Parts: sequence; structure tokens; C-alpha cells
Amino acid sequence: MAFWIASSPHNHQQSETSALMRMVIYATIPGIFAQWYFFGWGNLIHISLAVITAIIAEFTILSLRKKQITQQLFDGSAILTAVLLGISLPALAPWWVTITGTVFAIVVVKQLYGGLGHNPFNPAMAAYVMLLISFPVQMTSWQPPLSLLAMDIQLTDTLYVIFSGYTPQGYSVEQIRTHIDGFTMATPLDTVKTNLTLGLTVVESMEAPTIGKHFGVGWEWINAGFLLGGLFLLSKKAIHWTTPTSFLFSLFVCSFIAFIISPDSSASTMFHWFTGATMLGAFFILTDPVSGATSVKGRLIFGALAGLLVFLIRKFGGYPDAVAFAVLLCNMSAPLIDQYTRPRTYGHQLGEKK
Amino acid sequence: MDSVIERIQKGNFWQFHGGIHPPEQKFLTSTKPIASAQIPEQLIIPIRQHIGQAGKLIVNIGDKVLKGQVLSTADNPMSLPIHAPTSGTVSAVQSMAIPHPSGLSETCLILTPDGEDTWKKRYICPDYQNLTKETILDKIANAGIAGMGGAGFPTQVKVSTLAKIDYLIINAAECEPYITADDLLIQEHSPTILDGIKILDHVLAPKNILIGIEDNKPTAIEVLKKVTADIEHIKICVIPTKYPSGGEKQLIQILTGQEVPSGVLPSSLGIVMQNVATCFAIAEAVISDTPLIKRVVTVSGQALEKPQNVWALIGTPVGFLTQQCGYTNSQDKHLIMGGPMMGFSLPNDQIPVIKTTNCILAPSEIEIASPFSSTSRKEVECIRCGLCADACPAQLLPQELQWSAKAKDQPQLEKLNLFDCIECGACAYVCPSQIPLVHYYRVAKAEIRQQKLLDIKAEKAKVRFEARKLRLEREKIARAEKHKKAAEARKARMNAGTPAAKSEKSAVAAALARVKAKKAQSNSNDDKTIDTTVTAVANESVEQVNDSKSQVANAIARAKAKKLAQQNQVKLESIDTAQDIALQKPAATSQVETAKASDNKVEPKSSPKVSDKKSKVAAAVAKAKAKAEAKKHQSEDSANAQEPIEAKQVKRKIDAPFESSNENVHPDIVVQTSTADIKSNPIEDKKAKVAAAVAKAKAKAQAKKRKDAATTQAEEPVVENPVLDSAAVVNVEKAEIKPAISESNNKPQADEQTTTTDDKADITTAKKAKVAAVVAKAKAKSKAQNKTKATEAEVEQKAVKNNISNVQKSGDRYTQSPEHNTSSSDGKVSEQVITNNALSQENQLPDLTPQNQQHLEKTDKPKSADRKAKIAAAIAKAKAKKLAQTSQSATETESTVENEIDNSPSKKPATIDEQKKARIAATIAKAKAKKLAASSKNSQPSE
Repeated sequence: MAFWIASSPHNHQQSETSALMRMVIYATIPGIFAQWYFFGWGNLIHISLAVITAIIAEFTILSLRKKQITQQLFDGSAILTAVLLGISLPALAPWWVTITGTVFAIVVVKQLYGGLGHNPFNPAMAAYVMLLISFPVQMTSWQPPLSLLAMDIQLTDTLYVIFSGYTPQGYSVEQIRTHIDGFTMATPLDTVKTNLTLGLTVVESMEAPTIGKHFGVGWEWINAGFLLGGLFLLSKKAIHWTTPTSFLFSLFVCSFIAFIISPDSSASTMFHWFTGATMLGAFFILTDPVSGATSVKGRLIFGALAGLLVFLIRKFGGYPDAVAFAVLLCNMSAPLIDQYTRPRTYGHQLGEKK
Repeated sequence: MDSVIERIQKGNFWQFHGGIHPPEQKFLTSTKPIASAQIPEQLIIPIRQHIGQAGKLIVNIGDKVLKGQVLSTADNPMSLPIHAPTSGTVSAVQSMAIPHPSGLSETCLILTPDGEDTWKKRYICPDYQNLTKETILDKIANAGIAGMGGAGFPTQVKVSTLAKIDYLIINAAECEPYITADDLLIQEHSPTILDGIKILDHVLAPKNILIGIEDNKPTAIEVLKKVTADIEHIKICVIPTKYPSGGEKQLIQILTGQEVPSGVLPSSLGIVMQNVATCFAIAEAVISDTPLIKRVVTVSGQALEKPQNVWALIGTPVGFLTQQCGYTNSQDKHLIMGGPMMGFSLPNDQIPVIKTTNCILAPSEIEIASPFSSTSRKEVECIRCGLCADACPAQLLPQELQWSAKAKDQPQLEKLNLFDCIECGACAYVCPSQIPLVHYYRVAKAEIRQQKLLDIKAEKAKVRFEARKLRLEREKIARAEKHKKAAEARKARMNAGTPAAKSEKSAVAAALARVKAKKAQSNSNDDKTIDTTVTAVANESVEQVNDSKSQVANAIARAKAKKLAQQNQVKLESIDTAQDIALQKPAATSQVETAKASDNKVEPKSSPKVSDKKSKVAAAVAKAKAKAEAKKHQSEDSANAQEPIEAKQVKRKIDAPFESSNENVHPDIVVQTSTADIKSNPIEDKKAKVAAAVAKAKAKAQAKKRKDAATTQAEEPVVENPVLDSAAVVNVEKAEIKPAISESNNKPQADEQTTTTDDKADITTAKKAKVAAVVAKAKAKSKAQNKTKATEAEVEQKAVKNNISNVQKSGDRYTQSPEHNTSSSDGKVSEQVITNNALSQENQLPDLTPQNQQHLEKTDKPKSADRKAKIAAAIAKAKAKKLAQTSQSATETESTVENEIDNSPSKKPATIDEQKKARIAATIAKAKAKKLAASSKNSQPSE
């Protein structure tokens, strides 16, 4: 007969953080599928490794912090981090790179800052940057698309390479990456960058085998996959439209201006959009609510800043791709952006507005 | 403004930020008619059902009441009366749980219906158009109408706005899920609602009337359109369904595009909003003389067999309604009053329906899960997804508010405009982390309010403490300054060539000459000498009033002088002085009498809180005694040199308590009872006067009787004076003159309140006191004249009077003409001068003429000061007289010394505080001295 008391509102739209996280994970599937199709099993293995590591790391830390394990372990945030990191890593990177990165992402970047909701940086990107700086060789040994490889790499070969560094046939990663013609293949962005330093124009670079007909063999489809996933998330209102739109638009404008000024040394706008981690960053990384800006205006600025940074680093920086760096830099500025983009509360400062 | 109407006509409304679309669930009840009201076994009627204060209950337990009979009265604009929802008996008045989120208990009236449902007599008023705005507002207020949409703001307050109203918005949006009370009310009672709208139209005269209604109520829209079809300036605005469009601020934004600035009422924008149910209640109240005793309540939820809208009497327990609707959920009950978004859980089903109750929700477990059930989700960490900020109609940042609320960062919360949160619940509704955001805000708001109260308290205490410190310091400096100046002024005045000084000097010289002559004539006439001494002392005392700070010093000096004089009495060294004093005698005597009278007046004034009449009585008693005493003392020769010394000691002692009593003057501590006293003044005033007259008469008679047996009588005034600072003195006198005192009660209480009351300005008291003073003065004068038979003529008396006045004037540096003084009656003059001096000093207005000041006395500003000054003056005079009497045998030397000492300090300017304090202190000291003197007189009559 006891009546129970609750604070209003009494009904709820029944949404949950974990459901949100799951939806984001599902949305990565088209991109991952494209990755698997063009680059083989490498990333899937890394994703699996990362997820397992993330769950173990999360469990350990939650136990140490005496948190509710059942509830928080499967809220999806750690798994999502692992998936994103697994996607970002070079397909043939050694296993310990993944594990180190995942542990770093979960333990240091996420839990040491207070767990879900308190991390100032995107864990996946922070881990990626850490790995890139710590292990530059492994982290830049990108596997060319399967279609360009001299040898046929199967699941077992990939597993062997990841865990031992060599295929069962004894080929090293370096050998796998070598073109039939004897030169090492890189990512399209890398190719363009290298060619530019060699004095070639962008148009000439576009004839490189890794780029293929459009913006890079495989890469264009991977990006298309992530774009698809992102659009799905947008339609489900799981992510806000502002950040991706502003990011892509900013990147488009920057690359367009550069292309107008110097067509020979600047890649086209669509090349920027559909190579590297652009779409992954736009829809899956920058939209991470925890480390991003919160207000609409703030998100617009956040996205635009990220676009600008990506372009600047790609064009003038030492690294071929720049999404991870740009995201981290934006994460740093997010609190400041939030501070200065507080929406005007109803009934306040009417004079200034009107 | 035209564009607003144009847009409305096009159906092109503005949008407010955020908002959500929770499942409406209105179909449960929206198609069923409103069930008629049934009378429960018991009605629980909280005496406060709205925002504001409760009214005052005017019925008693056991009273039979009729339906619609008023049960409480509103004694301020923010309180509303309540009415009996049906006829029956008031069976109890007790504290019971009221509909409140916290389950608070408040006073409720329990009405046991008799089942007859007998109406009180009602007066139908079909032609409200002829009523004035005030009448209609009165009717609305008397019907106890509060905003029925939920907040419960008193309607007459909202409607009585003076602002020019552009838009009267009728809120029929009803955006909360489940609730259909307004919808059904429109469907069934649209003509009455229209009447209510027309009444509001009549009262407010708005340019346009907008009826805002959500598009999910097609029937109601249809009905409204039909009834308002022929009215040009009423617009039905069908707005898109979105929660919370029924919020006042949100609806205003939707319809007019304007935002209500934070912290102001919509009327500042020329907008008034009323709920449809309120309009209905207004029409009922104004036309049918039916108070707000029932309302439509939606009883809904899937736990009910037949959810429906019902007419519920105010006070009906919720359980009665749910039972009526077939409540099945027998275990794990959950009842919500209000909608699912903003309603609150009820602790039990005996909570009554009140004026603001629009819905009782009995949800099933599937609809709204219990937080204790396994299916409900627990709060997890905020992931800053920002969904809440997107949903917030006030454009707040709920997630940031939540962090700050958890961190108890109150400044940040206020910076984030926590208090603009309307607690609509949209943020918590959308939160994927299940954070009960609104709950955090409520707690934070309560904490901030609490903190603010504490801050205010602390700030007040600080200010008080610092003011006291400052005042003590200031007084210390002023005291030192005064002593210094007194010495200088004394010198300066004696050597000054001003006319005042000269006249003073010449007057003194003349007086001296005359005294000499007299002395030569009759050396043996001791009485004359005594009288002169009296005069001299009185003279001093009058001036002491002007500057009482130096009185202590003077007292010491006088005491010494007296001692000396007593020793040298036989020698009669300075005959001149004696003569001078002799000359002043008649006037002085009269002044003494005046002082006496005023002295008595002092007591009533110090206890006006007890009641004015009492003071009058006391005055009369004291006067009578004083007279008797004065006469007795004329023949008695018991100078007591010790008294001033003691007075000084007493003064020291009294200093400390006095400061504390000054503390009481602080506005915070001002005793509220004084208000009540003031109210009862007019009646009491008359009574008091009568009483005073009686008392005086009696006193006179007594005084005459006692003339011969004065020795025993002498003790009485002595007793009276030591306690002069308190009203307790009246007690002593009461014992003597019973009839006069019969009305006086609570005298001992007056003790502590005296100072406070003194500072509380009270014109009546002041006037009364004056009247008493005048009467006393008149008497004193006649008496003085009687006494002068052995000495001087009227002319001399007047001369001395002038002299005294002059001394006072020059002492205070006021340009006061002697002509004015002489033209007035003698007693009046001295009184007036004293008053003037005191007044001017109090107000720091050196230019004030006596006339002005007299005028000022009648205005409220200086009245308290005036009164105090008078009191002080009177006391001083009385003291002077007493002194004079006791030191009758003192020599001429003594009086000269005293004159000199006492005259000079009066020139010193002083701060208001100090003066007041000093005066009162002096008075107390003198009183004590008197008592001592009297006692010593008895024991050593030979002295």
C-alpha cells in the first residue's frame, strides 16, 4: 500500500546512453565492411583485439574504482573506443600496438580522467596519436589495397603478420607493401605529399596506382561507407548535424581556396573529403559528445576549427593525415568554445539581441 | 503589432526553443463528458491553496457552514479566501498533508458535509458591464480565484495590473500529456468561458484577445471558433502541439514573438495571460456569485478502469476520485497530482484536490515505471550529449547546470540562470543517462534560497556590529570634543560682546543688584534664599537639557560647590549672587513646576508602548505628587550635597545598559507591537485624557492634604524618580491613585521596550505628552505665583524667564528672539525653548525658528526627537527643582558656581546620539540622586 515518491518528470523517452553507443557502433559497419573488402582482415583483427583489451582494461579499472561494473562495463563507450581505434590502425600493425593503444585509451585517457563523461580528449584519437608518435614505423606502414598487392593475403597470413611480423611464407610487412614494380606503396595522401616534395604536381600524383581512378583505391569506398553510417546516425538523431556539417564544409572551403590559388600543389576538395579518415572523423570522432562542444554554435565552431586544422596539417604539416591531431586540438579548445558560446537564456539580454 | 495579428491570422506562429513531444495519452479522457461532482464523506480544505499567504480563518470548529460560505478572509493582497465547497460542519482545523512536492503539512480545515448541499444566499449579477473595475476585482478576489493552470497566482493581482494591455492571452494550450480538463471545460462550458473572457476584456481593455490552443483539441477549437465567431478582437490561435507550449513564457513567445524578460511579469510587455479554467471561475464569480469551490480534474492513467474528467469539490481527497474512476492497482501504488511532466507524486490518497489541481494520474507500471522496479533504469554519467540543451525551452544548459548543482557551485548556477528554469522536465525527459535533472535543480534552488537567507542575516549582523563599533567610537570622540568645547565656550561667552551675552550679563547683574538690595533688607528671611537657590538650580537644569553630556561633570562640580557652600553657609560671602538668585526665583519656581509637570510627562512617554492612557495617568499622578513635594520642600531645609556625586556615579553605571538599549533602536529589532499600539491610540488617547484629568484632580486634593505632613510624602517622588527610565515607576504611583491607574496594564513590560518605543515615532504620543505638559505647566505657573508672595513681582519673573531663554538660545546658537518668548506664556516659553533646542540639535538645522520647529513637531519627522528632548528637558527641570529644594539652605556662592557651570556646557554642540543618551543618562542619574537625597533627608534632617 506504500505509495512511492518520484521527482518529475515521471515519464521518459526511454533513450539510453548504451543504446546510443550501440547505434554508433552499428553505424561503423558499412565503413568496416569496405575496409575489409579492400584491405583484408587486418582491421577486423585489430578491432577484435582492441575490443577484448578494452573490456579487460575497463573491467580492471572499474573494479579498482569500485564502480557498478555490470552497468558501466557494457554501456558501450569502451567498446566504441576500441572499435574506432581498431579502424584507425594500419591493417598490418603488430598486435602490441593495438593493445598498448587500447590500454592507453581506456586507462589513461578515459578512466584516469574520471571515466565516461569526464575525459577531455577523445580516447581513440589520443591513443592513436600516442601510438603514431611512439611507434612511427609501425604506425605508418599502411597496407596497400589487396588489388595492388603482389601476393594474395588471406586471414591466416594477416594473423601471422600481426602477431609475428611475418607471413607463414616469411614475408615481412615491408615486403608485402612493396609493389610489383619494386616500390613501396603508401596511402593516397602519403603519395600526394611525397610526390609534391619530389616536384610532381597533384595531377601527376593522381596517376599513381594507389589512387586509381578517383581519390584512392579503396579509400574512397571506406569513406563512403562511413558517410553512409554517419547519415544513418543523423537520421536517428544519435548525433547532431552541426559538427559533421561544419567540419566538412570547412574542409571543403579551405581546400577549395587552396585549389583555386594553386591547383598544381593542392588536391581537389573531393580528394580531401574521400581520402584518409575524413568521414570517420566527421561522423564518428568529432561527434563524440564527451570531448566536443555542447552548444549548437559551439559545435559549429568546433567542426569548422577541426576542418581548418585537418587541411592545414595535410597541406603544410609533416604528417599525411591529420584528423587525429585536429581532433585533439579541438578537444582542447572545446571548453573554451563552450564558455564563449553559451546560448542566450530566454528572457535574458534582450536588448543586445534585438 | 499589426504584424503579430497578421501572422496569427496566417497561422504563422513563432517558435520557442527546444520542446519535446511526449506521448499525449489524451485520448483516455478527451472524449468522455465531465462527471458531476460527488460529495465525499469529508473535505480537507487547506487554508492556503495558491502562491501567497493564507487568509485568516473566520469559522470555528463546530460551526455550521453553507455551501459557498467564506471560511477565511484575505488580509493582504497576496492572500485569498477559501469557501465551503458544500454545506456541513467544520469538524476540525488541523495540520495535514497538503498537495506539495515535499508532502508538507499545513493548516487544513476539515469539513464534514451534511449532504444537503445548501447554498448560501447568492446575488446573481447579469449585467457585469455596469460594474466598475474595482467591483469586479473585488468579486474576483472574494471568490478566492487563483490561476487554475497550475501556478495558482492570485487572479485579482494579475488582473489589477495598471499596465496598458495589448494582448490578453487565454491559455488553452494544455500541453501536458494526459490532461484534458481544459479541453473538456471548453467543450462543455464555452459560453461561460466566453463570459469570463468578456469580463476580463471589460476590466483590462486589451487591444486583442488571443486564445492559444494546441492543435490536438479539434473539438474544443471548433466550439471556441463558434462562440467567438462574431467577436472581432478575439483570435483563436491554433498552435502546433509541443510540450511545453502551455507555459506562460512559451505561449507568449509562440503567439507574439516576444520574450518576457527575466524577472519581470508579462504585464510589463502589455500582456496578461489567464487560463481558460480561470476565465470560467471568473464568470461564475462575477455573474453567478459562485466562489471557486469546485473545478474540473482529469483523473487518468491506465491503472484506472474508467479514466475521465470529473467536477471535484475543492478539498475532495484524491482517493475518493480515483475510487470513483475505478482504481485497480492494489499494490505498489503511484499517484501523481498534475501531469506526468510537472506533476508530483502523492504520499497517500488522502491528499485533497485544491484550486490548482488539474489532474490526478494513476499510471500503470508499464506507463510509468516505479524507480524501485527492476525495469527502471538508473542514472548514469552525463556524456554531454547536449540533448537536454536542445530540448530546454528556456535555452539553458542543463548539463552544465547539473554539474554545477552536483558541485554545489552556487555562483556558477546563478550565472547559468538556474532561476530561469521553469522545471518543465523536458531535459530530464530526453536525457539518455536518466539523470533526474529537474530534481537536481530543485534542490539547488532550495539551497541557494536558503543560503541567501543566511547571507542576509549575516550581512545584517555585520552591519549592526559595525554600526555599533562606529557609534561607540564616534561617541567617544564627541564626548572628548564636547568637554573641550564646553570649556572654551564658557570662556568665550563670558567674554563675548554679543548682545545675548550682554543681556545675560546685564540680567544677571540686575538680578544680583536686586538680590543684594533684598538681602540687605531682610537678612533673616531664609525662605527667600532658599527659593533663589531653587531658581538657580532650576535654571541650570533647564539648560542641562540642551547639553546633558556635561551634566555629569557639572553634577560633580555642583556637588562640590554645594558642600563648600554648606560649610560656608554662615559666612554669606557673596550677597550679590544671592540677590540675583532671589530675583530669578519666581520664574524659576514656575519653571520648576513646569519641569515637574514635564518630569511626570516623561514617565508616560517612556512607556508609550504600554499605552498612552497609562502615561497620562502616570503624568497626572506624578504631577500631583510633584506639587505636594514642591510645597513640602519649600518649608523643608534638607540640602543634600552628596546627591550630585552619586548622580555621577549612577550615570556611569547606567552608561553601559544605555548603550544596549540604544542597540534596540536598530530597525531590525524594532518591536512590532508598537504598530498595534499606534492603532489603538485614538481611543486610548481620549481615555487617557479623561484619566489624566481625574488623576490630576485627585492628586491636587492629595497634595493639599499632604502639605503639612510633607515629610512622609517626600519619599514618594523620590521613589518615583530613580526608576524614571522605566515605566515601572508608574507602578509606585499607581498604588497611590488607584482610579487613575485602573486602565494601566502591563507596566512592568514597558521596562525593556522603553527605548525602542522612544525611537518609534508616534505623533499621538507626542501630542498627548504635550498636552500633559501644558496642563502641568499651567498648574506650575499658578503655583509658582503663589510661592512668590514673599519675593518678586510678575515683572521680575518675566525678566528672569527671558534671561533663561536667552541663555538657552545663546547656548545653542540659535537666533531666537526674546520677544517671542515673552509673548508666550511663561511655562510655555521655557518648554518651547527646550524643545526647540533639542529639536534643532537633533535635526542639525541651526536656522530653525521656534515657529518652524513647532510646526515640525506636528509633522512626523522630528517627532521622536522632539518627544525625547522634551522628556529630557522635563526630567532635567524636575531634577533641578528637586535639587533646588534639597539645597535650599545652600549659599549664594553655590548657586553662582552652579549657574556658571551649568550654563556653559549648554552651548556645546553634540551629536544626536550623544545628546539623547547623555540626557537620558543624566535623567536617570538625577533621579537616583534625588532618591538618595530624599532618603538622606529623612535620616539627617538637621542637614
